[in-house]
Amino acid sequence: MTNSPTATIHEKGAALSCWSCAAPFGEGQSASFCAACGKVQPAAQVDYFAFFGLPRKLNLDVKPLEKNFYELSRKLHPDLSARASAQEQEWSLQQSSLLNDAYRTLKDPIKRTQYLLHLEGVELEEQSKSATEQARASGEMKKQIVPPDLLEEVFELNMQLEELRMQKKMGEDDPALIEEVGNQKLAFETKNEALLEELQGQWKAWDKLIDEGAEANPSERSQAITKMVDVLNRRNYIRNLLRDVTAVMES
Amino acid sequence: MATDYIVGIDLGTTNSLVAFMQGETPVVIPGEDGLNLVPSVVALDAANHPIIGNSARNFLIETPERAVYSIKRLMGRGIEDIQEELKFFPFRIAEDLQPGEVLRIKLGDKTSTPPEISALILRQLKRNAERYFGAAVTKAVITVPAYFNDAQRQATKDAGRIAGLEVLRLVNEPTAASLAYGLDKKQNGIVAVYDLGGGTFDVSILKLHDGIFEVIATNGDTHLGGDDIDNLLITIALDDIRGDLGVDLRKNAEAVQAIRQAVIDAKIALSSQNSVKLDIELPGGKRYQREITREQYEQLIQPILDRTVGPCKQALKDAGLKPEQIDEVVLVGGSTRIPKVRALVKELFQREPHTGLNPDEVVALGAAVQANILGGGSEATQNMLLLDVTPLSLGIEVAGGVTDKIILRNSTIPASATQFYTTQIDGQANVAIHVLQGERELAKDCRSLARFDLKGIPPMAAGIPRVEVKFLIDANGILSVSAREQRSGKEAEIQVQPSYGLTDEQVESMILDSFDNAEEDFRRRQVIEARNEAETIIAALEKGRMSPAWGVLTSEEKKQIAKMEKSLNAVKAEDDYQAIRKAIDALNQGTTRLAELMMDTAVSSALKGKNMNETDLGEGPTAPHPVAKAEFE
Repeated sequence: MTNSPTATIHEKGAALSCWSCAAPFGEGQSASFCAACGKVQPAAQVDYFAFFGLPRKLNLDVKPLEKNFYELSRKLHPDLSARASAQEQEWSLQQSSLLNDAYRTLKDPIKRTQYLLHLEGVELEEQSKSATEQARASGEMKKQIVPPDLLEEVFELNMQLEELRMQKKMGEDDPALIEEVGNQKLAFETKNEALLEELQGQWKAWDKLIDEGAEANPSERSQAITKMVDVLNRRNYIRNLLRDVTAVMES
Repeated sequence: MATDYIVGIDLGTTNSLVAFMQGETPVVIPGEDGLNLVPSVVALDAANHPIIGNSARNFLIETPERAVYSIKRLMGRGIEDIQEELKFFPFRIAEDLQPGEVLRIKLGDKTSTPPEISALILRQLKRNAERYFGAAVTKAVITVPAYFNDAQRQATKDAGRIAGLEVLRLVNEPTAASLAYGLDKKQNGIVAVYDLGGGTFDVSILKLHDGIFEVIATNGDTHLGGDDIDNLLITIALDDIRGDLGVDLRKNAEAVQAIRQAVIDAKIALSSQNSVKLDIELPGGKRYQREITREQYEQLIQPILDRTVGPCKQALKDAGLKPEQIDEVVLVGGSTRIPKVRALVKELFQREPHTGLNPDEVVALGAAVQANILGGGSEATQNMLLLDVTPLSLGIEVAGGVTDKIILRNSTIPASATQFYTTQIDGQANVAIHVLQGERELAKDCRSLARFDLKGIPPMAAGIPRVEVKFLIDANGILSVSAREQRSGKEAEIQVQPSYGLTDEQVESMILDSFDNAEEDFRRRQVIEARNEAETIIAALEKGRMSPAWGVLTSEEKKQIAKMEKSLNAVKAEDDYQAIRKAIDALNQGTTRLAELMMDTAVSSALKGKNMNETDLGEGPTAPHPVAKAEFE
């Protein structure tokens, strides 16, 4: 219990052996806890895929991930170190928050894709955030680029939405219009599902590139990334649109 | 290693309980009165001593200005949040409250913060447990409503600290209840917990998987419960009285409390009877009488019960589940005894709800289970692990007063998020961050948690510094923030200004305050004990004067003894127990020869054929020197 927490650290910040029992960690092994003595280890700078010992592939079976999450929770959760030293409690807090953050991100197909793109240097959220801030600074409405293939439908839906908004304001109720907007909403929801399928198709292409090796086909890699960014942007656009529709309909 | 008792505490709006794991079963520890429930009522008696629980309830009617109940409603809240409460609860807010200051409530002629008042309840529970174990209790798991925000959680933790308890974990009430239920069930499936208590409502949906209790979604309302039903019935009664009898009793605190007690009794009766008759004696000898049928009552409370529907539907939606996918529904909280509530739950989840455990006790029992897990577990809790979530999204204010959510509600905790900040002007050294909690789009509609000031950013051109700020929600659902400037590697200093909470220093001083009180209690007890001893020795001396041995003493000795007796009598009236002890000591010394002589007399009497018993050894100076028994520190 009184072992002072010293660990051999290599350049990436991950320990090579357990601070408590000095058992060495295997190559590429996720060392959030020591397999020999069970002690929680200091958190290293690892990405979510590496934390679970997974390659950066997007086709991910959620069942084994969940099983892994439960098993790691039984090792890392702060409840298990409630009687340990303050330092171990701190590590346990860091490791289990990393575990939960990683699981939350990877189990969701969209978040997982966004995270992978982030690892590849694409900041979808940053793009949207800076666009929002620019729009605010200039006092204009934030302009979202309407995906060209949606232009016509979006225009029509927006017109109807505006009309519905006016009617609601006047306390009027036009069942035909509500039904029409509802249908449009349904159509966009179907589109969004189709986009998820399209994205899953792109995962396959991406995973194949990963299988072929880290630095293989740089141009194909950047193409795959561009395609995924495009799908996510379109999906995001539709999601915001649907949110507006819901807001008006429920107002 | 000495046994380290970790207790589980349900700090409720109406009642509080303390429980612990006895072997394989959690049990509630009763109070001195033998009752499991300690009403969450705090009163100050005439000598300003705090009275807690059942004995404090009388004060509510007799001296309402010296008593407070439902203090949980004010935990972690600001004056602007509680205007609604003030209409219905006789909370007397301190008049000298400064803007931004933590609420203070008048209790008798003192003012106290809600955490201090809650700490008095916790201290009572701590004492109950200590009496039960015959050992000190310093560690506890305390339950909070799942929908409590960061400030309310922090206030509860502060209350524990003030009461002298190390709070090992705050556990959400519905989750605790599921632990108590899960203990003997040990099965997998989806469980919904519907928890309608005295002041708060929670709904949680959990996935049970081989001992892991994983909360998938939670929702609720921290100001919805049995109190609201009481207030509704009180309002109706007061309106009635005004209409029928022409008296307005709204400002009459004693009458309101009497009505409150009567409607609570009626409410409870209406869970088992079809009708109940209110019969309340009013000031001036008039009576208020009214019959309420179950049907009328159910119509009256329907709007209150309906407020639980939205949170249940939202929780199901967040969990991505349909009602038919719920395997079991568990009822928690005293208000779930109302048949109409049960019917509503049955309809919502399309399932007959579980009521196997006492809804008043199940949360405390679950807290005891969690305490056992934290203490290293036992055979019963082996493999049990609770994975809870944060009930509210955490956000930061960005340009335009908009909330940027960085940790979404229902994220498993501990959870973290990292944000990067930079500067707007050259050489800027500080960056302000406003942290919020809530689901709304605009910052002003969310709960302000704290304002952080990042300080000591090394001077650089605008936009160059890259400050990494890490927001971490721990397993208690409480936020902490750390920051590092990445280019210089310098740890940035963070100054926290909690929007609704006590600072560390304030809590520290409150701990000292209660410690001072403990000292004061100790001193008072010492004085009483010293006085009792003084009485004993003076009485013994009286008897000595009657004994033949007195005649043997010289007149100088007698004079000395009289002088010492006089000085003991003088200090006895004072509050200085050490002076009393000194005087006792002196008299003790001065009467040693008298005591010896009396012993001799006793011995010689015995030699004359009397036995020891007849010489009345049992009391007075004939016994071995009376003061010899006393031991001084």
